Parts: sequence; structure tokens; C-alpha cells
Amino acid sequence: MNKPVIAVTDLSLSFPGKKGSSPIEVLRSINLEVKRGEFVCIVGPSGCGKTTLLNIITGFLQQSKGEVLVQGAPVKGPDPRRVFVFQDNGVFPWLTVEQNIGFGLARHSREEQREIVHRYVQMVGLTGFEKAYPRELSGGMRQRVEIARALAPNPEIIYMDEPFGALDFITRLKMRADLTRIWQEEKKTILFVTHDIEESVQLADRVVVMSSRPGTIRKQVQIGLPRPRDLDSPEYLEARDEIFHTIGVSLKVGAT
Amino acid sequence: MKKGILLPLAVLVVIYFLWDGAVLVSKSDIFPRPYQVFLGIVELVQHGLLLKYVVASLFRVSVGFTLAVLIGVPLGLLLGWFKPAFLAFNPIIQILRPISPIAWIPLAILWFKVDDRAPIFLIFLSSVFPIMVTAIAAVQNIQPVYVRAAQNFGVSQFDLFRRVIFPACLPQIITSLRIALGIAWLVVVAAEMIAVNSGLGYLIIDARNAGKRYDLVVAGMLLIGVIGLALDFLVRRLESFEEVKWGYSQRM
Repeated sequence: MNKPVIAVTDLSLSFPGKKGSSPIEVLRSINLEVKRGEFVCIVGPSGCGKTTLLNIITGFLQQSKGEVLVQGAPVKGPDPRRVFVFQDNGVFPWLTVEQNIGFGLARHSREEQREIVHRYVQMVGLTGFEKAYPRELSGGMRQRVEIARALAPNPEIIYMDEPFGALDFITRLKMRADLTRIWQEEKKTILFVTHDIEESVQLADRVVVMSSRPGTIRKQVQIGLPRPRDLDSPEYLEARDEIFHTIGVSLKVGAT
Repeated sequence: MKKGILLPLAVLVVIYFLWDGAVLVSKSDIFPRPYQVFLGIVELVQHGLLLKYVVASLFRVSVGFTLAVLIGVPLGLLLGWFKPAFLAFNPIIQILRPISPIAWIPLAILWFKVDDRAPIFLIFLSSVFPIMVTAIAAVQNIQPVYVRAAQNFGVSQFDLFRRVIFPACLPQIITSLRIALGIAWLVVVAAEMIAVNSGLGYLIIDARNAGKRYDLVVAGMLLIGVIGLALDFLVRRLESFEEVKWGYSQRM
């Protein structure tokens, strides 16, 4: 029961360099474990290989060395039991909101499909927009369709690659609250990649901090704060600052 | 809205009088005045030729064009998706594509004699390449995120085509249908001038050869223009379906 759902052991990835130069090392000896029902965020500066790591874990990319076990088995490719939420525009523009959410439900009966779609439309707050096409929705609403579509086939794991990166600040805050609520209701395992440190501390049980060239895990920070999280509490700020310092970003802006 | 009708109408009236005036001034006894063209159309109706020729031309275009769609779309989608197939067939497509359908007329007559199959074959040739080439390009430029998202839900290869690749390419395919139908309508006239003895193209060439009936020549030309416009209008309506509107958003 305590076996991790995702277990990455000594994983490395390098690409052959140009003629004569040495290979480019993208990821170096990554070790990472995610427990069932855990919400884990991977943060790091852009180019640190966090998205690449996620793509290997999902099976879209192949590692050079090391092992990835998901639900006890090596990853061979995309699998409907684990669904990927894309950053932007992953929603099919030729389908309505409810057709999009029902996309992964082909194995269910029509009756069940209708019921499941209805439930997730409600959960992401899109009631009244079932027949709308994505182009008629705002960016935040589209992203909620994407999340509902990922959740509807009842996957055990959800991978998210900067899912809120294209949204404005206020929508992003609201989406984080929604995602936290949905995660608490659905008890899924979530592996969430972001470059936004604040976002990671607001969402995660544990934050994995990466550094770049080659991408390595610098530190893992447990966020034991109760939810809903108070973004002014000293504990929140402390956790946030710890990650800022780990990455090596000053919290002061302007000349000294 | 009123301006949208009044202005073109005004231009038509001006052209009418310019045309009429030019014929009067030149004292030509061959080039028809507008009302003579109108009488020519009436004459064609009375002889039952108008309907017969229009139907003949539309029939050839419908059959040739439908064949081009039924073959060009699936073939284009497959060639766009399977790289080895694309590499194998692309050179021959690129060689055949720039050959004008008119250049095929001698071969069409050789193979099909003087009957409907010759123009149908030429229309098929003229439409199938634009449709196929567009479908290939549409698949090759499909947003990778759509394919990944679909694969993520464990869809079969067939469902991937039916539920993702085809609808993702549909807006571009519809645009290519518009272009191809326009070309097909151009080609049917040329083909009918040589390869058969009915249809609007035949009407034009026959009116000239059989008695310098230039009123009928111009009448045939005008009919071709009006029917071409109507065909384009019909295909255009495909672009307003909800399933494809997203593909034209910049223009709306």
C-alpha cells in the first residue's frame, strides 16, 4: 500500500551533441517518488528540464538511463489510466464542451457518458455552456474544459504541464482554488510542473525544486500547511522563501 | 446593407450602357447587343437546349468532382500521416500536379472516345490534386497537442483519424473544395469544347462554328459565370458549420 505510484530511479537523459562536441546532458540522476493521492509540484527555472522529465514519466519521451515505474510497471507510452493536461489549446475546437469532456468515455454506455459528463460540467462550473464551442469560451473556461476532460475517464494519475501558464493572474488564482477543491474531492495523484514558485507552494503537498544544466533535483520541500491555504501566513511565506533561496533568486528588486 | 446591393447594381447598369453604346458606336454586326444576348437565352430556353446543356455540364462536374473528393480526401489524409507513403508518392504527385487538365484532352479522347467519361475524367484530374495536396499539408501541420491529447485517451488508429485528424483538417479541406470546384467549372467548359457535343462549353464553340452566333456565345459565357457563382456560394455555406467555424476565426 505504501509503494509509490510513481518511482523514478537514477534517471538521466542526454542528446548527442554536434560533431566533435560532447553530448548535451539534459537530466542527471533524477530520483523521485510520488505516493498515491499525493499532489507534487516540480518547479525550476525555464530550461531546467522539468517538462522533459514529465514527458519521460508520461511516456512521450524515452530516457537514456535509469528507470521509471508508474503503477508498478515500466512506462511504454501514453495510457488512459493517466492523463496529461496540456498548457494551452489541447481542447478540440471542433467539439462542444460536453463532447470534449466526453471524449475519453467511448468505452462507457451512452447513459453513463451523459451522467459522467454532467457531473464534470458541474464540477468545473461550466453549467449552461454544455453546447458551447471552445472559441466561444474564455481562456480560463477552456482550461476548465481541459481539466474536466482529463478527469472524466477517472484516471488514477493526472500530469499537468503549466496548465495555468497562459491565464491571467486572477483567473490563475481561481483555477488553483478549483483544482485544489477537485483534487480533495477526487483523491487523484497529481504531478504538476510549473515555473511559478508561489503556485507550487499554494498547491502542493511537496515541492520538488530543480536546477538547470544539467537538470537535477536540488531539494524537496514538504508543504505541511492546511488547506485552504492562507497566503499571508508566516508558514506559507517561509516555505516560499526557502524555495526562492534554493533556486537562488533574490526577493528584493532594484539596485542596492 | 442597402449599399451592399445598390452599388453593385449601379455598376451593372453602367456596364450595360457602356456595352450597348460600344456596339452601337462600332456599328459591329457580329458582336451582340445586351438585349440580343437576352433574346439568345430565350431562344435556348424555347429549344429546350438551355436546361439540357446546363444539366449536362453540371452532371459532369458533379460526378468528376465527387470522385475527386472521395479519393482525394482519404488519400491525402493517409499520405499526410504516414511519412513513408508520403515520401514514396509525393514526387509523382508533384510532377502530375502542374500538368494542365487541358493537356490531358487528347489522352482522354483516346481512352474514352467522345462521351461523358472524357470530361468527367478531366474534371476529376483537375480537382483531385488541389484537394489531395491540401489534405496532405493539413495533416502535416496539425497541432501536435491534438494528437497527443487523443492518444492519451487510448484511442485506436482508426478513431484517431475519424475523431481527431479528419475534423482538425476539415476547415482547410473545405477551402480546398471551394478552389477545386472553381477549377472544375473552368475545366468542364474547355473539355466540352473538344471532347463532347453537349454542355455549355459545346454551346459556345458550336454557336461560333455553326453560324457566328455571337449572341449565343456571350449568352453561354454569362450562364457559365452565374452558375459558377452559385456553385461557389453553395460550397461556401459549408464553412459556416459549427464544427469548422473555428478554422476561419481570423476572417470573422
